[in-house]
Amino acid sequence: MNEVQAANGRAPAPGLAREYVRVDRVTKKFGDFVAVDDVTLTIGQGEIFCLLGGSGCGKTTLLRMLAGFETPSAGAIFIDGQDMAGIPPYERPANMMFQSYALFPHMTVAGNVAFGLEQERLAKAEITRRVGEILDLVKMAPYTKRKPHQLSGGQRQRVALARALVKRPKLLLLDEPLGALDKKLREQTQFELLGIQERLGVTFVVVTHDQEEAMTLATRIGVMDRGKIVQVGTPTEIYEYPASRFVADFIGSVNMFEGRLVEDEPDHVRIESGELGGTVYVDHGISAAPEATVWTAIRPEKINIGRERPEGPDNAVRGVVKEIAYMGDISVFLVRIDSGRMVRVSRPNIVRQADDRISWDETVYLSWHASSPIVLTQ
Amino acid sequence: MKRRRIFQAVALTVGFAFLYAPILSMMFFSFNNSRLVTVWDAANSPTLKWYVALFRNEQILDAAWLSVEIGAMTATGAVFFGTLAGMVLARFGPFRGRTLLSGMTTAPLVMPEVITGLSLLLLFVAMEQAIGWPAGRGALTITIAHITFTMAYVTVIVQSRLAGFDDSLEEAAMDLGARPARVFFRITLPLIMPAIVSGWLLAFTLSWDDVVISQFVAGPGSSTLPMVIFSKVRLGVSPDVNALATLLVIVVASIVIAGTLWMRRQERLRDRETRLALAENK
Repeated sequence: MNEVQAANGRAPAPGLAREYVRVDRVTKKFGDFVAVDDVTLTIGQGEIFCLLGGSGCGKTTLLRMLAGFETPSAGAIFIDGQDMAGIPPYERPANMMFQSYALFPHMTVAGNVAFGLEQERLAKAEITRRVGEILDLVKMAPYTKRKPHQLSGGQRQRVALARALVKRPKLLLLDEPLGALDKKLREQTQFELLGIQERLGVTFVVVTHDQEEAMTLATRIGVMDRGKIVQVGTPTEIYEYPASRFVADFIGSVNMFEGRLVEDEPDHVRIESGELGGTVYVDHGISAAPEATVWTAIRPEKINIGRERPEGPDNAVRGVVKEIAYMGDISVFLVRIDSGRMVRVSRPNIVRQADDRISWDETVYLSWHASSPIVLTQ
Repeated sequence: MKRRRIFQAVALTVGFAFLYAPILSMMFFSFNNSRLVTVWDAANSPTLKWYVALFRNEQILDAAWLSVEIGAMTATGAVFFGTLAGMVLARFGPFRGRTLLSGMTTAPLVMPEVITGLSLLLLFVAMEQAIGWPAGRGALTITIAHITFTMAYVTVIVQSRLAGFDDSLEEAAMDLGARPARVFFRITLPLIMPAIVSGWLLAFTLSWDDVVISQFVAGPGSSTLPMVIFSKVRLGVSPDVNALATLLVIVVASIVIAGTLWMRRQERLRDRETRLALAENK
């Protein structure tokens, strides 16, 4: 995951981009069910904004409102400064790539891609030229005469992308764009998507339930839960500084301990946790009431595992290794600490073979740096 | 094992005999020379004289042509209204009166024909008195009556076809800039074409062999083929009816067989293309 985040170094600093999409206090109800609940959001031009959340969190409904397939029950949506109320899908400056790809089964690849341009009543030669260009871009030029049923999943995905891009939209909406692809193909396609996006400068809004996909693609992520946006931020912010237990738990894996704030200073805090069976020292201040109940979250890769007890009273606990999962690049240890809780620790396998590997049922000490714990108040 | 095979053979023979013996005997007797339908004139048979007589019989030829005309008009009208109803039921979501509409469009499927025919007759008579249209009863009233009951079949077929395909196809077309009317003609219509064609054929067939409703709403000089056959049989079966029926069976059977073969070929072709494409991507 760390390498992936490094790839996001190219992300333009949020706030610098011109505002392109504004979702202003939008609510969508289906009968009594509130699918999208008072969401406010701005998306800058040229951004790749990911709406991330579990199924039924309202992310697809929000996307469909941007495309014009659903009408907000309350609130307004602005695209490029223009209020979208009452503007049908066929007049919006946005194109969508559907989760099912929705390729027209009775048309060839070229026919599918040309369909959007035909609606603009362009000259035939112009249509042919642009269809050829975009199919080159997605590397589907040899397949122009094929029908969708003659294509593999990855090829369908490219045609769907080409069909949405050929109209040169300012805004591209992607609903689970890589969901139907296998893992290898998905990674490859992610980077291709990024390349295409950079070249064309289109604003992407991507809906996904796959956090890895969101991390790789997004300049910013909006995490959704039960119709609300619970946090918006860059992938690094979301991962390293989650705003709530839900986000910390949803993005990546995390060890969470309930505790009580016992020392609250501007430059550090100390938390006593029964679940942890020890104290946590954090090297920065937080804003919470003294003696308040807080949650400490520590990512598995930020925990050290060793046989010696580290120095100092804080940030260390003893435990017994119960499970080891070797995943190739990393190994994941499940350690039962003295309080009875299981803690997940992941370590990169830096050397090919180590003689003194930690093994099952060994007694180990877990420790972490004072900057690692995330303190959450909600 | 062996006993089972014998049982299967017997069951198959008896089953087919039950279904097709009447038709085969009818075909057989159409080549009979005798005036009496049930007596085989071994000396002068087989003969084609009833087929010759059939093509000289103006009444039957006129009735057959009228039936074709009514069938074609009915099928076309039923496809038009049935598709509209099917679209509304499958695509327009829940609206006030949806259940009522769905019930009303499919009611003719279970309505006794006698009641449909009688009520239509009463309606036509009342309308003629009230607004002067339709003037008298004839091909027009038969067509209208046939549309009302065949439309239900088309609605059901179209609706189930629409329910079977992804409505994101229509959304995608709209998203690409197509207005609703264009979406219908470029995307929806081609995709439901098989349903429309089979709906048309079904409506045509239903109209073609309907006697009961036609009897109620027909007027003088507008006898359809089944009505003519029916009235001829009442005066005693004449062998030219056998000849006519034989021809009808042959025409219908060859259309059905050709259609099935064509569809199977298309399916095989499509399967092969899919396999080829997938193999290539490996």
